[in-house]
Amino acid sequence: MPRIRRILNQRDFLPSKRYFLPLIFLQEYDAPWPTPKASLRMWKSVFNSGLLEGATMAKIDKSITEIAEEEQPKPAETPDRFTRRFFLSQLGTASLAVTTAPLLHSAPVQEPEPVTEAIPGADVPGAVPMVLNINGKEHHIALEPRVTLLDALRENLQLPGTKKGCDHGQCGACTVHVNGRRVNSCLSFAIMHQGDKITTIEGLAQNGDLNPVQAAFLEHDGFQCGYCTSGQIMSAAALLKEPCGQDDAAVRECMSGNICRCGAYNNIVAAVQSARRGA
Amino acid sequence: MEAFQFSQAKTVNSALEAGRSQTETRFVAGGTTLIDLMKLNVETPKRIVDINSLPLTQIEPTADGGLKIGAMVRNSDLAHDETVQQRYTVLSEALLSGASPQLRNMATTGGNLLQRTRCYYFRDTTYPCNKREPGSGCPALDGFNRIHGILGTSEHCIATHPSDMAVAMMALEAVVHIQGANGERSVPLNDFYLLPGSTPNRENVLAPGDLITYVTLPSLANGTRSHYLKLRDRASYEFALASAAVVVSLNGNRIQRVRIALGGVGTKPWRSMEAEHALEGREANENNFRAAAEAALKGAKPQHDNAFKVELAKRCLTRTLTNVTQAA
Repeated sequence: MPRIRRILNQRDFLPSKRYFLPLIFLQEYDAPWPTPKASLRMWKSVFNSGLLEGATMAKIDKSITEIAEEEQPKPAETPDRFTRRFFLSQLGTASLAVTTAPLLHSAPVQEPEPVTEAIPGADVPGAVPMVLNINGKEHHIALEPRVTLLDALRENLQLPGTKKGCDHGQCGACTVHVNGRRVNSCLSFAIMHQGDKITTIEGLAQNGDLNPVQAAFLEHDGFQCGYCTSGQIMSAAALLKEPCGQDDAAVRECMSGNICRCGAYNNIVAAVQSARRGA
Repeated sequence: MEAFQFSQAKTVNSALEAGRSQTETRFVAGGTTLIDLMKLNVETPKRIVDINSLPLTQIEPTADGGLKIGAMVRNSDLAHDETVQQRYTVLSEALLSGASPQLRNMATTGGNLLQRTRCYYFRDTTYPCNKREPGSGCPALDGFNRIHGILGTSEHCIATHPSDMAVAMMALEAVVHIQGANGERSVPLNDFYLLPGSTPNRENVLAPGDLITYVTLPSLANGTRSHYLKLRDRASYEFALASAAVVVSLNGNRIQRVRIALGGVGTKPWRSMEAEHALEGREANENNFRAAAEAALKGAKPQHDNAFKVELAKRCLTRTLTNVTQAA
């Protein structure tokens, strides 16, 4: 993936070479040249991946719009219906080209459920209405009291950037900010957070510009598979406002609540130190 | 996780009312123990009362020069408090050695005292457990018991108490203040915790519906030093195999007053008056420290997989005493 990331972030890459990226993706999987529709799917998934810098994202956005207009998508197709989660759910075989074929021939998106209840979730027995303030936006929702903040974010509020690693407060992948402080969202019920200001990884970037901590993680290659990364970034962003010693050993201790199976720790520490110097 | 009814208490009285009026009601503060155990179906309350809005978040001096810590003070706030860092250093060091920054932001003073054992069999409901169900048996006795206790154990339960903060508070002779059906009462921390005996399901003196409101620390003489040393397999984010909290005041090279507590080895945070008696009035040197450690572990009963803890705890206490008396 570093090759793709480097290519994406070259400023003169788009829009003329907009079909090339899917080729690179598919080369990794040994599949043939993509059709324009398959190319559109790939671009959308890359766009949603969070891998890209602001200016490049703007160019891709424009490119997606152009391809979409060429292909005249069905009315049911809208960019925000095509989520990363849906794309990954289609990956049942070794080659992406094979999996894009079903996308071409069948309705690629689910029909939206008819909304009959006033508040989302109110039809679930035992659900209690609540208001959650997340990334500056108020969400009116009904959830059972036993729904954790983590599950509410991922399953009910379409904010799957926060990850479930262990679900028991032992890994830190679920780290979010509550009133500016980092916490494990897996060990708290959503209903306990009415009136709190919650920030997730989706809320760190402002106006399309990456948060300095996000930029530092990109610059220092602070991740491999990426699964712990949103927790690492949220932890590091909160760390900037906590007392922590100057040296790398102190950063390691202050970041000890976030574990990484890929072992990207050295680069994570470098990214955090870089963000602290710049902050 | 089983479903439950949820309510929020805005005042101590309404919390007590909610806790008293129904059975199987638990208070939730940080949730770092309760929700963890609810996911494992070890805790199955029918009702939960959220006490996060209670006005128990202050750290303030007491009239006698000690410290009064509200039950809802978060662990990270307590650890970074200036008075705690300077005058009750062992408490700050103990807190910062425990858990992770995220957990310390959530966990509260009251909740930390009430955290429950990490025994694998307690946490796994497919195993019988005398702590969960008295009389059902203790699989740890013949099982994998590396993390279990060597002090205060019984034939019914050998589970260790995992808190670091509680060990420091033991050495500081903290007092727990409780409100309940019968009004207010104050219990010294060493009397707050119960040995398992034949009733390992009862870990402390709280009655159902009781609420810890604050913890007080007595004042310490000027020049008192304190230190916490925690030994474990990993460098961080892990419970202790053995730990020691020492509060000491010296007169020249003589130990005038010392308080010692051990962690990771007892079924409750382990205050060691044997070690204290072996040291008071003695010269502060390594031989005397080692003798005190021998006294502390004299009654230790090792399990099949944790015999190393006996020597480890002795060296831990010796090293802690060395560190704290040498500090400038």
